[in-house]
Amino acid sequence: MLKKTLATLALAGSLLGAGQTLAADYVIDKEGQHAFINFKISHLGYSWLYGTFKDFDGSFSFDAAKPEESKVKVTVNTASVDSNHAERDKHLRSADFLNVGKHPTATFESTAVKSTGEGTAEITGNLTLNGVTKPVVIAAKFIGEGQDPWGGYRAGFEGSTKLRLKDFDIQKDLGPASQEVELILSVEGVRQ
Amino acid sequence: MQWHNSPARYGLVSILLHWGVALTVFGLFGLGLWMVGLDYYSSWYRSAPALHKAIGLCLFAAMLLRLVWRFLSPPPPLLDSYGPLTRLGARLGHGLLYLGLFAVIISGYLISTADGRGIEVFGLFEVPALVSGLPNQEDVAGLVHEYLAWGLVSLSVLHALAALKHHFIDRDVTLKRMLGCSR
Repeated sequence: MLKKTLATLALAGSLLGAGQTLAADYVIDKEGQHAFINFKISHLGYSWLYGTFKDFDGSFSFDAAKPEESKVKVTVNTASVDSNHAERDKHLRSADFLNVGKHPTATFESTAVKSTGEGTAEITGNLTLNGVTKPVVIAAKFIGEGQDPWGGYRAGFEGSTKLRLKDFDIQKDLGPASQEVELILSVEGVRQ
Repeated sequence: MQWHNSPARYGLVSILLHWGVALTVFGLFGLGLWMVGLDYYSSWYRSAPALHKAIGLCLFAAMLLRLVWRFLSPPPPLLDSYGPLTRLGARLGHGLLYLGLFAVIISGYLISTADGRGIEVFGLFEVPALVSGLPNQEDVAGLVHEYLAWGLVSLSVLHALAALKHHFIDRDVTLKRMLGCSR
């Protein structure tokens, strides 16, 4: 009897909860660095070059029941670019590429999230890179969420989008196979 | 011509080192400016920087040799006809040229070795990285290298103008001494 009442209450509670969903706010786990912003670009059409931005921060709000109400914002320190080669990184920071002296940060802020299937979504938003702001669509995938072993609650996603270098006023031409770069975001947020 | 310096004239070693370093500095300056603007598909895109680095390290060796030689075989003293201001200017100018040369070479070395990579010299041997991983090393060293190179080349032009002034206006033997003539 008591058990049944509790179950009913729980059901009512969850229905109520679903009705007025409060999307939880998450902050990207910078402290433990369970977050990566990587990029991938073709070298001459013969191989993939990978690089990463080591310094960025961001937050998102997310509710699995209402993915379309999710929001995300990320700010990247462009000077933190690292492709495992100091001379190349220096070149990437120069006016030929990221122009970090003039444009030290890149940002992405979502404007709309569209669910595309079980645990997948298209996140539309404005990307500001090299001083140019353009809408981009990130194909995102929900990876998982739940309690962590240390008393917190986490949720993680991975998403990617392709950018044409010329669209963001990146001047250096790396050849016909290297007109586009793929940005890959892999982030874990800690619920606040 | 004698190899070593004497109180009356410069010897062959000093003369060759002087003009060799002068030619190399201007050559490296031009090569450096040209190579950073190369198209990614240029056949020089990889070889020009490699050449710049290898020649730069050889220049470093030549400068060390120059210092040692200066100690072993001191250059002839400044001309008696120089006034106190000329003496001061000459000492200061020459000191800055030496300092500038070493600073430009070392800052360049610090760009390429910032991530611990060594520098290949004409495929013969590799100069290892001694200092790496300083904060923003490649960027700071890069700026220092660029600005100091402009400063060094400007100072060299001033140095040449001063020599021409001695030759054509003061009509002394300053410039001719560096071509092997005695006073």
